Amino acid sequence: MSVLFQQKNTGTYEQATGEGFYPVFRKYDWDGIRTSIYEKTTSDVYRALSCKKRSLEDFKALISPAAKPFLEQMARESMRITRQRFGKTIQMYAPMYLSNECQNICTYCGFSLTNKIPRRTLTNNEILREADFLKQKGYDHILLVTGEANRTVGVSYLKNAIKLIRPYFSNISIEVQPLETEEYNALIAEGLYAVLVYQETYHEECYKIHHPKGKKSNFKYRLHTPDRLGQAEIHKTGLGALFGLEDWRTDSFFTALHLRYLQKKYWKTRYSISFPRLRPHSGGLEPKVVMTDTDLAQLIFAYRLLDEDVELSLSTRESMAFRDNMIKLGVNSISAESKTNPGGYVVDPKSLEQFEICDERTTEEIAGMIRRKGYEVVWKDWEKGY
Amino acid sequence: MQSNTLTIAGTEFTSRLFIGTGKFSSASLMNKAVLASGSELATVALKRVNPEDQTEDIHTALQKTGIRLLPNTSGVRTAKEAVFAAQLAREALETNWIKLEIHPDPKYLLPDPVETLLATEKLVKLGFVVMPYIHADPVLCKRLEEVGAQCVMPLGAPIGSNKGLKTLDFLEIIVEQSSVPVIVDAGIGSPSHAAAAMEMGADAVLVNTAIAVSDNPIAMAEAFKLAVRAGRTAYTARLAPVKTGAEASSPLTSFLSENQ
Repeated sequence: MSVLFQQKNTGTYEQATGEGFYPVFRKYDWDGIRTSIYEKTTSDVYRALSCKKRSLEDFKALISPAAKPFLEQMARESMRITRQRFGKTIQMYAPMYLSNECQNICTYCGFSLTNKIPRRTLTNNEILREADFLKQKGYDHILLVTGEANRTVGVSYLKNAIKLIRPYFSNISIEVQPLETEEYNALIAEGLYAVLVYQETYHEECYKIHHPKGKKSNFKYRLHTPDRLGQAEIHKTGLGALFGLEDWRTDSFFTALHLRYLQKKYWKTRYSISFPRLRPHSGGLEPKVVMTDTDLAQLIFAYRLLDEDVELSLSTRESMAFRDNMIKLGVNSISAESKTNPGGYVVDPKSLEQFEICDERTTEEIAGMIRRKGYEVVWKDWEKGY
Repeated sequence: MQSNTLTIAGTEFTSRLFIGTGKFSSASLMNKAVLASGSELATVALKRVNPEDQTEDIHTALQKTGIRLLPNTSGVRTAKEAVFAAQLAREALETNWIKLEIHPDPKYLLPDPVETLLATEKLVKLGFVVMPYIHADPVLCKRLEEVGAQCVMPLGAPIGSNKGLKTLDFLEIIVEQSSVPVIVDAGIGSPSHAAAAMEMGADAVLVNTAIAVSDNPIAMAEAFKLAVRAGRTAYTARLAPVKTGAEASSPLTSFLSENQ
């Protein structure tokens, strides 16, 4: 069904049609958006900080270089909003890599088809051994990750994996290749809760350069994945850009635009944002654009000021010091003790990682740190069926 | 410069003030007030339309103004009655636009959300442009969008009460979430209420009682015209920021400089 298009005003952005996000996305010119972000002034930032409801124009101001002197104010407001919405709680999750087989060439990824690494896909028994390890650590929210290899880790494999581990975990998410709506429906019926699908970059030409081969090279198909998830009425969709490929500010604007579009159109779905920065890996790519810790903190604050409800997640890609400090300031979900290789917890700890993690503390250490900060560690926050 | 017109079902409106036509002391006065308001859309209760009467009939009088007429289903109590009324309106007024009002409650005339959703779905399938009058219920608004409503018309306060935007918190959520125009309907009792609704981001307002029962409906209609324009202009110009309070002294971000 086509939803009536309505230009709300000059300060907000156009909304959905029945054709998915791409027609909306195409109305925005990358260079023009980039320039408008970098031209934001101190008074734009003042306004954005003072608003009751913030628009995407305010978001631009908050991620602009002009906002750098206001980082402390942004942090304070981000902390206030996060506490009001989520209380003093942090949700814990762990990734579980099921396979490193992949038919794509991605210039920045260790699983890329051209990387001559041993490929491995976990068997039923191996999946259960990994699940058992994470369950004993206390995890109830698990994120299943694979490369993009439809023949070996297609829907039937994922369906089986979810069925296998469903008795162990209340909350099962996936970060795998984009699927069709009916395929998501089938996985949701097995107990799937959330799907994370990062666009990597919203710069269409740059995207093509970094994804020269494989199904992932289809920019539009990937861009429409959250639309298909919305149509499947998934409980939660995770968005994000991979920082390092292109200008992080412009990519973040498009992520926020995507978020707003989805929130209006698929209003029954929850949304989360993650902030992956390029990390070292086998056959590594040097980041084109460096995003500093200060930049990342500014972005997290900006998202929280834009949207008090969106879940903000920090992975173990980030340093111990950064994660410890950011816990109070805007994020509400973190992973710990992550292994980014299939079977990395117990089955085959030495298999090749997708990327190196930075915060290598154990789950117990991180949970202890969260508690010492006066926060509750939340392991379970969802139950299928109600 | 982007257009500042309001579009509903492909029709553009330059005025964001819609006007109701009940309670005027005469059809002539109503006409003058409608013209003074600058409105391009007037609702008319189908139950008051009398195609046989060529003298004081409200419909005939309004036609002289050239304003677009929006029949409403005021008086119906169920979805079934509403669909029937809409079909009658389409025949009588030769328009497929309908303001859907279903209020089984005769005292406060509060809209029935269940019947309204059912009727909207049915009427959209029958080819109507449906503009549903509803309580300020954000979830209902999204459900109405999904079944094809061309706008939503949440109330600010009970019909005819002139109490203003008593549902402000919910109207703000509706404006934030809506993909279709939001027209604040019912309860607006003064031009300042209308301006506040427009400043908040409503796409239009619908006013009747506040104009019709004032001592000078023509002057009041003009006052509403100006207030709606002012509110809309303020919204598009973006209101100046409210000053923030004092700041605490202990920094939260000092770890960042140590970390670079």
